[in-house]
Amino acid sequence: MNIKIKKGLDLRLAGALTDTAIAARVMPDSVAVIPDDFPGLAPKPEVKEGDKVLAGQPLLRDKTYETLKVVSPVSGTVRAVVRGERRKIERVVIEPDAEQKSATADSAQSAIDLLCASGMLAMMRQRPYDIVPRPDRQPRDIFVTAIDSAPLAAPMTASLAGKKDLLEAGARFLASATTGKVYLSVADDWSLGDIDGAEMVHVQGPHPVGNAGVQIANIAPVNKGETVWTLDAVTLARIGRIVTDGTFDGSTLVALTGSEVEKPCMIETVMGAQLSAIVGGRLKKADHHVRIISGNVLTGTAEDADGYLRFPYRQVTVIPEGDDVDEFMGWASLSPSKMSTSHTFPGHFLRKAFSPDARLLGGRRAMIMSGQYDKYMPMDIMAEYLLKAIIARDIEGMEQLGIYEVAPEDFALAEYADTSKMPLQQIVRDGLDYLRKETE
Amino acid sequence: MKPLKRFIDRVRPNFEEGGKLHAFHSVFDGLDTFLFTPSATAKPAGGVQIHDSMDSKRTMIMVVLALMPCFFFGMYNTGYQHWLACGIADKPFWPLMLYGFLAILPKVAVSYIVGLGIEFIMAQIKKEEIQEGFLVTGILVPMIIPVETPLWMLAVAVAFAVIFAKEVFGGTGYNVFNVALIARAFLFFAYPAKMSGDHVFVATGTQLGYGPVAADAYSCATPLGQIATSSGQGLSLTGADGSAIGWWDAFTGLIPGSFGETSVICILLGAGILTLAGIASWRIILSAVAGGLLMGWIANACATPTYPASYLTAWDQLIYGGFAFAVVFMATDPVTAARTTTGKYIYGFLIGVIAVLIRTYNNGYPEGAMLAVLLMNAFAPLIDWCVVQSNIRRRMKRLTAKTQQQ
Repeated sequence: MNIKIKKGLDLRLAGALTDTAIAARVMPDSVAVIPDDFPGLAPKPEVKEGDKVLAGQPLLRDKTYETLKVVSPVSGTVRAVVRGERRKIERVVIEPDAEQKSATADSAQSAIDLLCASGMLAMMRQRPYDIVPRPDRQPRDIFVTAIDSAPLAAPMTASLAGKKDLLEAGARFLASATTGKVYLSVADDWSLGDIDGAEMVHVQGPHPVGNAGVQIANIAPVNKGETVWTLDAVTLARIGRIVTDGTFDGSTLVALTGSEVEKPCMIETVMGAQLSAIVGGRLKKADHHVRIISGNVLTGTAEDADGYLRFPYRQVTVIPEGDDVDEFMGWASLSPSKMSTSHTFPGHFLRKAFSPDARLLGGRRAMIMSGQYDKYMPMDIMAEYLLKAIIARDIEGMEQLGIYEVAPEDFALAEYADTSKMPLQQIVRDGLDYLRKETE
Repeated sequence: MKPLKRFIDRVRPNFEEGGKLHAFHSVFDGLDTFLFTPSATAKPAGGVQIHDSMDSKRTMIMVVLALMPCFFFGMYNTGYQHWLACGIADKPFWPLMLYGFLAILPKVAVSYIVGLGIEFIMAQIKKEEIQEGFLVTGILVPMIIPVETPLWMLAVAVAFAVIFAKEVFGGTGYNVFNVALIARAFLFFAYPAKMSGDHVFVATGTQLGYGPVAADAYSCATPLGQIATSSGQGLSLTGADGSAIGWWDAFTGLIPGSFGETSVICILLGAGILTLAGIASWRIILSAVAGGLLMGWIANACATPTYPASYLTAWDQLIYGGFAFAVVFMATDPVTAARTTTGKYIYGFLIGVIAVLIRTYNNGYPEGAMLAVLLMNAFAPLIDWCVVQSNIRRRMKRLTAKTQQQ
């Protein structure tokens, strides 16, 4: 199957990877699992401070679905279960052992039980609602993406080299969890050939081509009452490992990118690694503020230097913060260094890489320009009208306009380009949460 | 610019909540964000970390920029028409420009002072930032009214339009009708004698004491005004000095009319700027022209002495009067136009058709472009609703097909 999209945008950012060879292997001093990275999960701790854990051993369980676990990426000692306001669990911090050991999953369970217990289900998302899949809802189809088209992301194939067997084992296993198909979307750089057990989907085009939402929209959109699962191929390989030898593989390749990085490179570390281990000593000397983003510039989260690598990202981007810049009449600027989709900036016509900072670059306004969002959404969704229905909390309108088909990340490019600087992803996230609360 | 920035940062506390000058917070904030790009950064989580450099200020300024060719030509033409009216053969460039400048300056000043004043007050009351929408409206209004409009009428019309067409709906981005056209329509219906006829479109006196004076009994109507009051087939249009004018005069714009609307060349320049900048929708402009041509052709094919404007060819319909100006600068206002892609084609096309329809078949209104745009402003949400329904129906059909399968 082939999908070619035209709508979208590849941002040209400075600080791209030049090669995908692993530049360093680091084991951080501390690793964290952050419940906020698993939307829809009501976390209860399974461990307490001082406990010894193995990689793949449960740290958290869901309040409603008690078999649904979030597991530790490393073996080590639980150093803290950090709680915030109203005793909300903010993160579980683990000190990794020097020698890594993995728990062994019991493969004699049903597919869904194994996925829940091994923490693999928590690493997937379901649509509707873009949350951790509900174990009691069988998916219509499962969509796996093997492309990371986000700005500055490393090609996902770098993380998949030599894992064809695991991918096939994972795909065959997942096929038993759905009545439909397991789709695997790959880009032109795919070199592993057809994956047995999955329906191969070849996609082409600009970002967001790698988003699961685009794939779903072009293959079989989610109707009301249906559920689909989405995951990336790296998670699929982990599932393959679980079903092959029962062990959990918490290692991950991270792309350190962005204009503030001295030399963008690939680093092998573990999921949830402390960022200081990744960025330490690898940034340019700067006398201005920098923003360290766990993930990419469109959907990632800004973290302090002692923050952690968030799930599901395999990327750290460092850009200028910009809060210390005084820009005189920036709205009138003709500087070629300003990045924009608008033809009124000379930079738009230059084939160069930009180093944007984190400023909003304007004031927040009501929706003024029309049709702006649709340019970046290769889906049959009327973005403006869906957003308006969400803002108005019009449930019928949201359903009719296809809220079950979307995730916040599908609106990321539109949010970047929006001249009114509206927080589109947050609006969609709130809308999905509201709808789930009202209808479940 | 460092000292200026330091000064602004130093006086800022006075304008914050509890400060001595808090009542002027909106004005201060407007000035601050105008001078310096706000240093507010993206939230740490839940959204994008970088934003496009394009913002609403630049969008609005681009529209003002696109209006500039028409604006400068309007200055020249105001002087030119006045010199014609005075019967002076010599047309020196700079005195003409100066005369036009002095004619428009008080109107622009009144429009901005009244409109921005209301915007500042509303922003202060609502504790919001000042929105840039009026930057465009403020210059549009003086450009679409006759040169002889009294300033107090302009002030009343702008106040009415900003309050009742914009602020009551929630401000820029929420208005249903184009604010500048509401000001124009208000004048048109409240003071019809000053908005049409043969005494308002060519300046006859001095401007702020400058310029020659025309004869007392001087009168000249716009070409469309002449057509509407003419009878029968022998249609001959005359300029401000009584000489015949043709399509080329209308194309270049050296004819009587509202300040900014006469020159099709300048309007095309503006249209080029707006569409290249991606601010105005070319779909609307294109389909409005198509609609105007089609209706003009139909009217011309069934020309009858009862409706003298039907003797104008389809091409004439586009270049005379405010048609071109309304299509490029009014119909494309993204807030009041149709917002869906398909909707834009329908919306534009109907504006073209209705503008010519009103012009031709209603002798009471020599110009139909204003009413056509306002009418379609009212219908734009309906057009969009129909387009959105088709998306919804497609989705519902998919769902029913799925349930029937099972």
